[in-house]
Amino acid sequence: MSLIEAENLSKQYISGEITIDALKDLSFVIGPASFISFVGPSGSGKTTLLNLIGCLDTPTSGVLRVSGTDVSQLGGKSAADFRGKNIGFIFQDFNLIPVLSVYENVEYPLLMVQNTPAGERQSRVLSLLDSVGMIEQKDKYPGQISGGQKQRVAVARALVTRPKLVLADEPTANLDHKTAYMVINIMKKMKDESGISFIFSTHDQKVVGEAEIIYTLEDGELAGKSAKGGARHV
Amino acid sequence: MFNLMRIAIRNLMRYKRRTFLTASLITMGVVFVLVFIALSGSFKHMMVSQITDSFLGHIQIHQKGYVASIDTLPLTKSMGTQAVRKVKEAINDVPEIEAYSMRIKFGGMFSNFVETANVRLNGVYPEEEIKTVPLFPERIMEGKKGITKGEILVPELLAKGMKVKIGDMIVVVATNKDGSVNGKQFKVGGILESATGPGGRDGYIHIDDALEVLRMDEVQISEIALRINNFVNLNAVHTKLNNIFLKELNKAGKPVFEVHTWEQLSPFYNIARMIDLMTFSIKLMLIAIVLISIMNVMIMAVYERVREIGTIAAIGTLPKKILSMFLIEGFSLGVLGALIGNVIGISIIYILNISRITFDFGRQTGLVLEPTVNFTDIFTISTIVIMVSVLASLQPAFKASRMEPIKALRHV
Ligand SMILES: Nc1ncnc2c1ncn2[C@@H]1O[C@H](COP(=O)(O)OP(=O)(O)OP(=O)(O)O)[C@@H](O)[C@H]1O
Ligand SMILES: [Mg+2]
Repeated sequence: MSLIEAENLSKQYISGEITIDALKDLSFVIGPASFISFVGPSGSGKTTLLNLIGCLDTPTSGVLRVSGTDVSQLGGKSAADFRGKNIGFIFQDFNLIPVLSVYENVEYPLLMVQNTPAGERQSRVLSLLDSVGMIEQKDKYPGQISGGQKQRVAVARALVTRPKLVLADEPTANLDHKTAYMVINIMKKMKDESGISFIFSTHDQKVVGEAEIIYTLEDGELAGKSAKGGARHV
Repeated sequence: MFNLMRIAIRNLMRYKRRTFLTASLITMGVVFVLVFIALSGSFKHMMVSQITDSFLGHIQIHQKGYVASIDTLPLTKSMGTQAVRKVKEAINDVPEIEAYSMRIKFGGMFSNFVETANVRLNGVYPEEEIKTVPLFPERIMEGKKGITKGEILVPELLAKGMKVKIGDMIVVVATNKDGSVNGKQFKVGGILESATGPGGRDGYIHIDDALEVLRMDEVQISEIALRINNFVNLNAVHTKLNNIFLKELNKAGKPVFEVHTWEQLSPFYNIARMIDLMTFSIKLMLIAIVLISIMNVMIMAVYERVREIGTIAAIGTLPKKILSMFLIEGFSLGVLGALIGNVIGISIIYILNISRITFDFGRQTGLVLEPTVNFTDIFTISTIVIMVSVLASLQPAFKASRMEPIKALRHV
């Protein structure tokens, strides 16, 4: 079963008189355990697409299935439920909760979204913090760690609920090259360990290279797809 | 729940100064209300007991219609032997009644052989009277503290006006029920301090002397004053007595008796009511303070944390949880303010008590202020504060819970 199926997916933003076609008739299929990147110039529709896949927004037309569920009409509480169970998020600005420690930030989704029992919670949080190399900093607060470290914590938080996929919109945009590279590699390592798919968008040509499949967006349209190894086809 | 609480407290700690300022505002409000309640309560309590314990009694029973025409002290509206026996039987069955005093009240002329003036007199059984209004002896400014046969306690203003002194002889002339006039000589046994309210300027004689002046062959009682053992039960006892006495009907099917509490008899009740009203308005002010300060803080808290709200909403936190998160934050702030407020308020009341502040009321001087708050007051005020805090957080919390994650995440 494919993880994501998009058929003629379109999204229009209407603001007053102006209608913006942010996504035009996108169709694609993404399989499980993938490491995928969407690239494209600013305004090409990357954020819009990730928002649709992440059930944060609904398409204007077309069908979108995530893990077999038609999410095109999902809204409100059912969307929140779906996100909590199936999707992990990594944000450009890390978005850790400042009043919670590193450990508590990772624990948060298990506590507030999924109601996982205490023992299970602890073992999952600790093992993930270990995997992302943040176990030593577990009692620090977000204000006390670097950007790269924050994003590693965010990776752990996105994975802790064992979602079907993790979405990351420009996860490295606020990081220097070296750190960006390291974060992408950690994401990849986590994907290999957990079998959870990662989809990220980026501007950064260097980190793009780490993706297994790269989709290129231009003006809201799918302009290309290339798999690792250089083969490029539309 | 515990985790929501933890997050709420952490968030409150994040802006220590703001939390502190808001909590202190609530604290100040709570302190103010507690101290005010304690002071006004003490003042009121003292006033009320001055009135009830020095002449009025807690409850009075009359023949129906007496109170309406109390200004003329009508002898025609008194209770005969049979009626008095009925009343006695009935009140003996009410354990809350500690004492009662039967009074013959009448108006007459007071003469010092040179001048004449009007006087209102009570004929009482001295022991009963003192048991019913225990502060009565304190009102006797000069002379011995009691009522003796053949002697009269003269109200101070009359004594001054008529220039009579202890030991002087005077004459009381009164018209009895049948219209015939009779007089009797009395020795001035004491001068009686005035008290606020109806009957506060009456003179007192022994009931046997009253019978003689009025030429009554059988005792005709104008008024029965009652003292109950616990003032808190006033209304309950009143209701109980009403239930008993309203059943006593005459031949025409109308009630024979009427039962009034001090509240219905004394104009001071209105002052007591004013004090209550002031307490109430101060509570309203407290509510306003809490409402506005908490709302202000919570609106700011939501505004500052839009992106955080977007984040937790995006990762699947349900609106309900986000709502409770902010409600609990407001709740905790309210609890904090109420808690500190209670501690400080109670301390201030304690200090006021040990510093024994005195004040004067009417002719009473050196009354010691004894402010007290009871558990009910503390509980009510804390509950109000906490409930209003939650209420004030409702709108901001609701707004937070309704945010769309993408909009919130884009917020800068
Ligand atoms: N809420 C919105 N209202 C109106 N137009 C929008 C909205 N969000 C995005 N757009 C428009 O939709 C188009 C696609 O925007 P999107 O943010 O998806 O691009 P992007 O590829 O993520 O760009 P960037 O690399 O700058 O993040 C743009 O033209 C943008 O102006
Ligand atoms: Mg974008």
